[in-house]
Amino acid sequence: MKAFLMFEKTNFSMQQKLAWNEEALIQDLELNTLFNGMAQGDDFIFEVAKKAVLSGVYNDVNTILYRQNTLRDSLNNASIIKKMYKISVEAIKSNNKSYLSEFSLVYPTTTLQNAVGVMQLFVKFLQQLRTIADNHSDNFHSEGFTMLFAMLKKELDDEFFTRVKNHLQELKLENGILLSAELGKGNKGKHWILHRFKAKRECWFRRLFPKKSSSYTFSIYHKDDRGMRILSDLKGEGVNLVANALAQSADHIHSFFTMLQTELAFYMGCLNLHEQLTQMGEPTSFPSPLAKEQHKHSFEELYDACLALTLKQKTVGNTTNVDDKTLVLITGANKGGKTTYLRSIGLSQLMMQCGMFVPAETFEANLCDSLITHFKREEDITMKSGKLDEELSRMNDIINHLTPNSIVLFNESFAATNEREGSEIARQIVNALLEKRIRVYFVTHLYDFANSIYVRKLPNVISLRAVRQNDTSRTFRLEEAEPQETSYGEDLYDKIFLIN
Amino acid sequence: MTLISNYSFAMTFHSILYKSADVIIKEKAPVAPDFFVDLNLDQIINAITSGKDEYNLKPFYYTSLKDFDSIMYRHEIIQDLENSVVFEDIKSFAAGMKAMRDDLVQKEKLYYKYQFEQLFLDSVKIYCEAVKTLGKELSEVNLKSQGLLAFREYLKNYIQSRNFTKLCAETNKIISDLSTIRYCLIINDLQVEVRKYDSENDFSAEIEEAFAKFKQGAVSDYMVEYSHHLTMNHVETKILDRVVLLYPDIFLDLDTFYEENQNYTDKKIVIFDREIQFYIAYLEYLVIFKQKGLKFCYPEFSKPEIGVYDFEVFDLALSYKLIKEKSSVVLNDFYLENKERILVVSGPNQGGKTTFARTFGQLFYLANLGFPVPGRKAKLILFDKLFTHFEKEENIQNLHSKLEDELVRIHDIFDGATPNSIIIMNEILTSTTLQDAVFLSKKIMEKIIQLDLLCVWVTFIDELASFSEKTVSVVSSVVPENTALRTYKMVRGPANGLAYTLSMVEKYQLTYEVLKQRIKS
Repeated sequence: MKAFLMFEKTNFSMQQKLAWNEEALIQDLELNTLFNGMAQGDDFIFEVAKKAVLSGVYNDVNTILYRQNTLRDSLNNASIIKKMYKISVEAIKSNNKSYLSEFSLVYPTTTLQNAVGVMQLFVKFLQQLRTIADNHSDNFHSEGFTMLFAMLKKELDDEFFTRVKNHLQELKLENGILLSAELGKGNKGKHWILHRFKAKRECWFRRLFPKKSSSYTFSIYHKDDRGMRILSDLKGEGVNLVANALAQSADHIHSFFTMLQTELAFYMGCLNLHEQLTQMGEPTSFPSPLAKEQHKHSFEELYDACLALTLKQKTVGNTTNVDDKTLVLITGANKGGKTTYLRSIGLSQLMMQCGMFVPAETFEANLCDSLITHFKREEDITMKSGKLDEELSRMNDIINHLTPNSIVLFNESFAATNEREGSEIARQIVNALLEKRIRVYFVTHLYDFANSIYVRKLPNVISLRAVRQNDTSRTFRLEEAEPQETSYGEDLYDKIFLIN
Repeated sequence: MTLISNYSFAMTFHSILYKSADVIIKEKAPVAPDFFVDLNLDQIINAITSGKDEYNLKPFYYTSLKDFDSIMYRHEIIQDLENSVVFEDIKSFAAGMKAMRDDLVQKEKLYYKYQFEQLFLDSVKIYCEAVKTLGKELSEVNLKSQGLLAFREYLKNYIQSRNFTKLCAETNKIISDLSTIRYCLIINDLQVEVRKYDSENDFSAEIEEAFAKFKQGAVSDYMVEYSHHLTMNHVETKILDRVVLLYPDIFLDLDTFYEENQNYTDKKIVIFDREIQFYIAYLEYLVIFKQKGLKFCYPEFSKPEIGVYDFEVFDLALSYKLIKEKSSVVLNDFYLENKERILVVSGPNQGGKTTFARTFGQLFYLANLGFPVPGRKAKLILFDKLFTHFEKEENIQNLHSKLEDELVRIHDIFDGATPNSIIIMNEILTSTTLQDAVFLSKKIMEKIIQLDLLCVWVTFIDELASFSEKTVSVVSSVVPENTALRTYKMVRGPANGLAYTLSMVEKYQLTYEVLKQRIKS
């Protein structure tokens, strides 16, 4: 039994491969803010959101559209989704795995009785799921939910519940137990198996007219403590397999609820995030994901969702069309919204690729197979490797992982040395990336570098500039304009000078 | 005609260790030779036989061979065993025989008849299978050694014998009968009912089936491990007593089988199982060295006057330790040609001199056991006796008479030594004055030269190195670029006690020339 809400034909695995640069992405795009916004204190949702967002680069267009549809259903039936999520959480909580206790590991009979108890609780939660399926399935139209409800109705039918209840009753072993064995080493009993008594009537019949192949009976003397212990061990060995089977079945159902919880958690996260952004008056929309080869990127009122979550208020968006551009050069005033812009580019790409809505009024872009960030790092680094050394080492790592449909976001890279050297390094790297048609967003203060690219007037390069209009507002729109030398802030110069 | 001549060529199988039957008769329980500790051969043999105590193999390693034929007999067998197919065949046979013995040991501890009879039956089954499998597998490989060919022939005849085939058939019949038994217990309170199984359903299968739809992946195992004492308790025997009543004929057959087959093993096969381990153990011991790329070869045998050599030889005991510590192993070459007989080893302490002396002794001893030896290519001799004289740990109570003891010991050696003997001496005569030592050493050297035997002599007395045309000087070498670095490699060269000391001075920049510049005026 599978839920298949994340993929059409596979489970969403918590062990799946994430983007190779997940740590850098979390740090550079401040993704934890996003995950927290989705989780709203639920650690489980946090983990699922993290896995979903960071594995998005492996999804194809169909998977993304599949999730968008499922998400639409979720947004329209938020209360049902929350109820189902709650059932799976409570089912898991109800199973304290008491059959795992040290005590029971010595006595299979205890394992069995505990497992029977857990099963009886599980059956109750399964029945609740079935009721939801019966009452609400008509309100859902996505493939994912339609399949899920159909499956619940089919697999958890009345016959299933009757059968399970009977089994659980019999496993209380109130009428003695029937075991069989073969002869093992030293003619000791082996392969102990617990059997169901044949139908009761036959039992009664046989008692009246015993078969010819006779049976032999003996009794343990009631003061023979050792004999009684041996008998109890024998019973334990006999129910060993059944106890194991039932405990494992309980585990399976536990896993079923975990799986359901996992698949729902992503949509729970989306619901939470949606609620917050809507409250702030921020727009959201379902993006149009395009095939990797299409080289498109245009949007209206794109904003950095993490910044909005942090500020708890509506932020300034940007509208750009860079469909045919390979390199987007971003220069301009300090605190002019350059980094925010760069983050909104990265974040929206990740959100689109994992099937979420995006923080924009409209959004259209091709999928990438790797989103890479190369941000200036503030933190201290070891004595051994200098700052530039560390930057180049990261760059080397990036080149090792680069694929044709990657998007690389540079944020003030190679500024750790003087402008001439930094520019030369950036030029060498960016020119190579340009030729290989790797899409690059490069926020820089290196005027020499930016200008030398700009003056070539290449058709696939666009230059954006942040303009500071007054001192109170925090973010600004970027405009298409040539790189400006004055943008080189004196503060920044001092900072680098002091560091060096 | 052909048949008869073939028969006359086929050797009758006596022992996988010795070609002729008479050696076996002579064999008594030997003890480790005197030189074992000096040469670290005790460590080597301990490592070889470790984990194989039950075979009591050590006496085999205490007895070196005295004739060329016996050595060739073993070389051939080892060469056959170097075929991994043959090696594995023997290994699985040995495992079978061990399992059989284990069963019999366990059987002795049991008192309930139907228990020990079943273990006995099991042991016979294992024996029959091990023997048949070995017979079949050996018939499928190409053997060249006289020893294994003769054994294969013996095995073939045994397997075809009426007794053995009957034993196998009866065993299988009873085992198969016992395996058909399946009985039921109905436990209710303190009452236990025993009856035949009546195709009742497996409850656990039904449970698994009912919940199969929820399967998501691997889950934990909740089976409780029951530690089963083989010995039955009184409830189990009561149950089995009743199972016997349900199936009386099968258990009657078991009784009869037990009584009629008490001595079912073949003596020669049992002895083979032990003796072949002499080779198996050695070959297993060599694996770790071979993995490190160290070489072993089958030595040629000559006479001292024709010359001896071995290239890329190493100390087995030391290398074993070094490999375990992941350190590298030093290889040495040596040769003696024409009139050369005596290797005089000198040089710095910790330079590998003692190791070299031990390597030499181990090499000849292992060669005389009929084994392949460390080295790429070796020509050695069959010695009649091997003597070692290593400086012993100083015993304070005995210090006074140490020199005397040494001389007595050396005298004894000369009493027993012949031109075919080998003497290995390590740092002797250290308890006297240099003048005395030089004088005595020269006297001893004259004796050795007179005997014309092979000798390695580790000494600090440079004069011995160039004593005569029979002596060859060997010193521990240093790395040319850094004279302070020792290689532990022994090379021919003039003895020079100062070389090492000078190199240490250079390393610490304390030579006259350097000190002149370093000390500022």
